[in-house]
Amino acid sequence: MTVLEARNLTVDIPTEDGTIHAVRDVSFTVDAGELFGIAGESGSGKSVLTQAILGLLPTATIAGEVLLEGRDLLALTQHELQSIRGSRIGMIFQDPMSSLHPYYSIGSQITEMIQVHERAERQAARRRVVDLLARVGIADADQRFDDFPHQFSGGMRQRVMIAMALVLNPPLVIADEPTTALDVTVQAQIIALLDEMRRERGTTVLMITHDLGLLSSIADHLMVMYAGRRMEIGPSGPLFSAPSHPYTAGLLASSPANYEAGAELVPIPGRPPSLLETPQGCAFAPRCLSAMAVCTQQAPPLRVYSDGIETLCWLESAPPDRAATAAEAVVPKVDTSSDIVVKAEGVRLAFGGGGLFNRNYRLEVLKGIDLELRTGETLGLVGESGCGKSTLARVIAGLIPMTGGRITLMGHDLSEVDPRTWQTLRKQVQLVFQNPYGALNPRRRIGAIIGDPYRIHAIASGKARKAEVQRLMELVGLNPEHYNRFPSEFSGGQRQRIGIARALALNPALIIYDEPVSALDVSIQAQILNLMRSLQRELRLTYLFISHDLAVVRHVCNRIAVLQAGQIVEMGEAEAIYSSPQHPYTRALLSASVVSPPRHGVSGRQLLHSIEADAA
Amino acid sequence: MSSEAVAPVIQRGSWALTARRLLRDPASIAALGFIVIVVAFAILAPAFEAWTGHSAIAQYRDTGMSAMGLPAAPNREFVFGTDHLGRDVLVRLAFGARVSLLVGVLAALCASVVGVTVGMTAGYFGGRVDSVLSRMMDLVMSVPFLLCALALVSVFGPSLQLSIGVIVFFSWTTMGRVIRGQVISLRRQEFVEAGRSLGAGPLSIMFVDILPNLSVPIIVYTTMMIPGSIVFEATLSFLGMGIVPPAPSWGGMLADAANNSLYLVAWWLVFIPGTALLLTTLAFNIFGDSLRDALDPKGRPRPRAKRKGVQR
Repeated sequence: MTVLEARNLTVDIPTEDGTIHAVRDVSFTVDAGELFGIAGESGSGKSVLTQAILGLLPTATIAGEVLLEGRDLLALTQHELQSIRGSRIGMIFQDPMSSLHPYYSIGSQITEMIQVHERAERQAARRRVVDLLARVGIADADQRFDDFPHQFSGGMRQRVMIAMALVLNPPLVIADEPTTALDVTVQAQIIALLDEMRRERGTTVLMITHDLGLLSSIADHLMVMYAGRRMEIGPSGPLFSAPSHPYTAGLLASSPANYEAGAELVPIPGRPPSLLETPQGCAFAPRCLSAMAVCTQQAPPLRVYSDGIETLCWLESAPPDRAATAAEAVVPKVDTSSDIVVKAEGVRLAFGGGGLFNRNYRLEVLKGIDLELRTGETLGLVGESGCGKSTLARVIAGLIPMTGGRITLMGHDLSEVDPRTWQTLRKQVQLVFQNPYGALNPRRRIGAIIGDPYRIHAIASGKARKAEVQRLMELVGLNPEHYNRFPSEFSGGQRQRIGIARALALNPALIIYDEPVSALDVSIQAQILNLMRSLQRELRLTYLFISHDLAVVRHVCNRIAVLQAGQIVEMGEAEAIYSSPQHPYTRALLSASVVSPPRHGVSGRQLLHSIEADAA
Repeated sequence: MSSEAVAPVIQRGSWALTARRLLRDPASIAALGFIVIVVAFAILAPAFEAWTGHSAIAQYRDTGMSAMGLPAAPNREFVFGTDHLGRDVLVRLAFGARVSLLVGVLAALCASVVGVTVGMTAGYFGGRVDSVLSRMMDLVMSVPFLLCALALVSVFGPSLQLSIGVIVFFSWTTMGRVIRGQVISLRRQEFVEAGRSLGAGPLSIMFVDILPNLSVPIIVYTTMMIPGSIVFEATLSFLGMGIVPPAPSWGGMLADAANNSLYLVAWWLVFIPGTALLLTTLAFNIFGDSLRDALDPKGRPRPRAKRKGVQR
């Protein structure tokens, strides 16, 4: 039975720059009880699609049909939609921090859901909510009913959100990036819970995510979107084992989890197109590795294959698996006799103690960290949020004074250097930040941003500085002609390149990357990782690489240190940690990082027929 | 990154976008138009003097007053009538506009310089510095301004400089608080931390990294402070503590009309400077408001459009 069906759905959003064609001619059907995944990078239109279904886009022009259990949602009034939202369609949002109201207890927020849609006695409603909370894994549900959102951890809050979405037993639940804001170990639990609840209650789940790997283990059917179009749709098994669209294949090939450690990634080149314009041919053609002449001239036909896959592409068979044929690059061996750049011994950091009311309050963030880094190597620092990895980076960079221990940077003890030596040492450690949007001053031109180190240390000025900046821009793969642009004119990946160029300016001995790729789409992530590796090879740089993603860390690092609650619980060669983890926490992290889908290649797939673009 | 095809869609600069948003709003066009007219009126004051042949302070007892000694109503010679001494209201209004605008703009600019400096220092350094400066702002806000102004004038005697000084002293605190709040949130942004990690000092971070990001609140609040200062100056002049007579100012003209209840027989003495004052402050307020909306469109509620029906 079909629960949700979209036919030729098109969503146009008017903005000041013109009309954004967020969703173009997308059709799909979701059967009862299945988990339907929608995957795509940012800007692919996947979130807009669901908002349009729910009637949450008041300014947009929506054409087509969306049938929920046979009723056309687009023809309903706002009032009718209101009664459907919550009772017939449950919603789980990405950020459990902001989608729960901080002022009301979680129990009253869920009970409110019941009371809005049904006539229910207070005690009965409460019993129902408590039962459900216990079911989604909240311990002592009866007591915690009256707790407020801030008293729960992120994962617990997402469980509360799931309970809220399920409390009225809606036939359809839409989960928009339900695990993106969570730690890896929690992520796996939430996905498992979602899967369990839908099997138990027969709820249909529509899950939106940017992480294709996440869907491989749980989705029944899958739709891959790009630039507002449905690129590929079909059952998850054949789609993952042999993606028929070059974009799906490219996404899978961009993930470091699909490679041998140290191999050169095959990223999707370029960046996503603007949704303001309508390209003549295929929207993906400019970035496609298998593009042909026809791709840029005519809209691609719909290819229907025998195993249920439907693809919008000119190719008549699956594109080659580029990850498997990737050039095997050897992990550069680090000379253990090379100089030590940074050595940390028993580094401690504690906050608090100076409070007005409770002087005894003390929070230990770092509890005695020992590590050392040699020239030319990359040390990965892995851990979940709150484990102190970013704080450690800032302590090593001298941004936060430590409260105990000793850091030696290029032979100088940091606690003993005089200000003048510190000023020169300062140049030797540079940071690249996680958020490419926050780390660049939005009001300054990128020429000025990359030239900042020269200005601050009074090294080069005028023409010399400009030449230096343009050399750096060239080095990180930016067009030097864009010298006078503002950061807002660049995409996330390009901004991260700007951040790296700024860090390279003073020829530092150590570059600390604080989650450099976690805010980027997978295809862009692969480009940045490749850039970092090639820069390291060319300039013999030393990296301290901080990340929560084990697959990424394993790919770029020689050694890995696992950090838990301010302590290093395990440290060793990357491959050793990956193949035989010793500490239970390392094992938990490893098992939680989603396993890459099996890839066998095409098995008996035949092209049934093609529908030309005009007829489709 | 590989070379990208140039998008045919025009990427408008932020100033072009702001101008477009401003020009789409009829209220802001009207307000801006009125401000331009007032400014032109003030600049052309000597031209009005030459055209009518009337000086701003000369008294025309023969032509501008009735035999009873009452002021003349608006007529062909005196377009806006005359006041109780037989002076031309039109010419006085034009010269009064100079005073109002001069005091309004100058005081607003000085107040914003003081406010930005104090707010930025308090917000950036925090801790003790912030406590001291914030309490100072509280202190200034709690001083009764008229009482203080009266005392100052009785000590130093009324003058233009003193009015500006008093206005600045009492109006910089709003700007200071807004800027302090903005700087506190900007200080935690990663680009400031990036500046610190490059080795930039506090002055460099304040002026190079933080100040450009404050341009929107500075522009908006300075614009919004102008009408406040104009009214402030009119109040001071009305009480005889601002511009020294016989030099014309709008507040002084209103005070003249109020003396001896002259407005009962000569309505134009209240109506003309009163309307000028009202419309000018209104125009600056509306313009400041729409400037804020245009510079920061996120704060504005979006118009709701109906969902379009099915079309195939």
